[in-house]
Amino acid sequence: MQRPDLSILIIDENRIRASIIEEGLREAGYDRVAVIHDVNEVGRTIALTTPDVVFIDLENPKRDTLEHFFSLSRAIQRPIAMFVDRSDGAMIEKAVEAGVSAYVVDGLKKERVKPILDMAISRFNAFSRLTRELEEARSALEERKIIDQAKGIIMKTKGLDEPEAYALLRKTAMNQNRRLVDIAQSLITAANLLGP
Amino acid sequence: MSRPHLTAGFLPLLDSVLLVLAHEMGFAEEEGFSLGLTRESSWANIRDRTALGHFDIALVLAPMPIAANLGLTPIANPMITPVMTGLGNNAITVSADLWSAMADAGAPGDLLAGPAGKALAQVVRTGPRKLRFGVVHQTSSHNYELRYWLAASGIVPDRDVEIVVLPPPLLPEALGAGSLDGYCVGEPWNSVGVTKHGARIATTKSSIWQWSPDKAIGMRADWAERNPEVVASVIRATYRAALWCQKPENRLEAARIMAAPAYLNQPVEIVSRALTGQIHGGVQQVSIPDFFIPHDGAANFPWKSHALWYYSQMVRWGEIAAGPANAELAAATFRPDLYRAAMASMDVPVPAEDYRREGDQAKAHAIAAYNGALELGPNQFFDGAVFDPADLDSYIAAQMSAD
Repeated sequence: MQRPDLSILIIDENRIRASIIEEGLREAGYDRVAVIHDVNEVGRTIALTTPDVVFIDLENPKRDTLEHFFSLSRAIQRPIAMFVDRSDGAMIEKAVEAGVSAYVVDGLKKERVKPILDMAISRFNAFSRLTRELEEARSALEERKIIDQAKGIIMKTKGLDEPEAYALLRKTAMNQNRRLVDIAQSLITAANLLGP
Repeated sequence: MSRPHLTAGFLPLLDSVLLVLAHEMGFAEEEGFSLGLTRESSWANIRDRTALGHFDIALVLAPMPIAANLGLTPIANPMITPVMTGLGNNAITVSADLWSAMADAGAPGDLLAGPAGKALAQVVRTGPRKLRFGVVHQTSSHNYELRYWLAASGIVPDRDVEIVVLPPPLLPEALGAGSLDGYCVGEPWNSVGVTKHGARIATTKSSIWQWSPDKAIGMRADWAERNPEVVASVIRATYRAALWCQKPENRLEAARIMAAPAYLNQPVEIVSRALTGQIHGGVQQVSIPDFFIPHDGAANFPWKSHALWYYSQMVRWGEIAAGPANAELAAATFRPDLYRAAMASMDVPVPAEDYRREGDQAKAHAIAAYNGALELGPNQFFDGAVFDPADLDSYIAAQMSAD
């Protein structure tokens, strides 16, 4: 068990992702976690919480601002450098791929920081996966609506029942080597053009 | 062998024009490689993703690879700069309020560095509060150029004015919102400030230091070593793009390409200002033909003396300790040898020397060259100082005793 007494600051414009990471850290026993959504608040927050580790998402255009702030030594008591150890290339690579960058105060032992970095990286990855799945679910729902609408048009104009209408759409898609939803969309477009 | 595909990172800046033209106008293709361009949101991302190999090459701030080799950046991967992407192309813009105070103090609005700096110094001396200026990155031409202009105008950076960092596209808005009084940035972000936020361009890089370096193509040293042919192709594609872009009849086409949503996402009218040298400072339109020089005057040649000038400024502002080992690391970052080797097949003139003096030429002048004659542009600093790379220590000492 780690001694969970390190202070951690999360900077993320994405509030949901920030709270997912915060929750993960709290579950792991880190109680001193602060979250801000705007780099402009960083000065005040750092003065209040004196973080040992700072996370920022890589989409954040104000990363340069944050680094410059860190480089002004008078702004903070101990210098903060990016990542725990310059030699730990694999860790840096994993973090950047996950879309997060970490800054750690000088002199902090690698063993103490690693579980925190691992946690942030895995939560960042989990969030990306979640976003992707949500996007897929959303587009699947959209596609089903389109197919349903096309089925309705076929049922009405050709007097078919629902399974027959669906079979016709499917057959046409297979014959033309196109996706079912594309055939359905073409049908809707054509019906709109020709319709009353 | 299959055609190499290179991933390249860039920021939304007009300085990325040569990289974009290499892709859009087929210069990369002519040289036998394809380019996948990725727009990034910060210089820190460009730096890290280039160092990690996510990008094979990137448009970089010229001092960035030097900073990496001097150990100022988080990922210690040696970087090189084998080709520059032109000279000039940035400016210093101030808010409407600051401009009106500067105008009262005698700033004529002609975009010249001397009178504008003198007026600003008076405002700083007599003004009610400490002014705040933005630059795009700590190790940037912008930071050093702004500081040079302030210091030579009698203003002590950090003590008399605050300098903060913000990425280029966010600067105009920050100025409009009142959180900045001025900034130094590449185009189109000065012109955007003028048209959208009532800002005024105070002076231009071309007036602070004529025909001076700004951006470059950076890459990892080990990648370059493994791929010498590809590196040579990148140098030649950049050179061809620069040659094309230098021609006045191509400037509007270049502006149209850069204005697209994938690159700058700004009106052609704004983007074309820097490319045609017609700079509207907010007070009047001034014709500055050498605002941006993509190719003329050996603009793509990576002078080791330029690397040393950046090093001198890193020392001056306390970012790195002075010493022969650091100077050598800085100079070794720029690779004129790779540039000459790549150009050998193109039968064009290249500079014979790796170092030159700066600040000693008021006019265009011939230099020693291989394979033909070569003329460089004027190279004066607005305060009349001369930078002699052979006498680096006394240059640094003189600046630091004056600060």
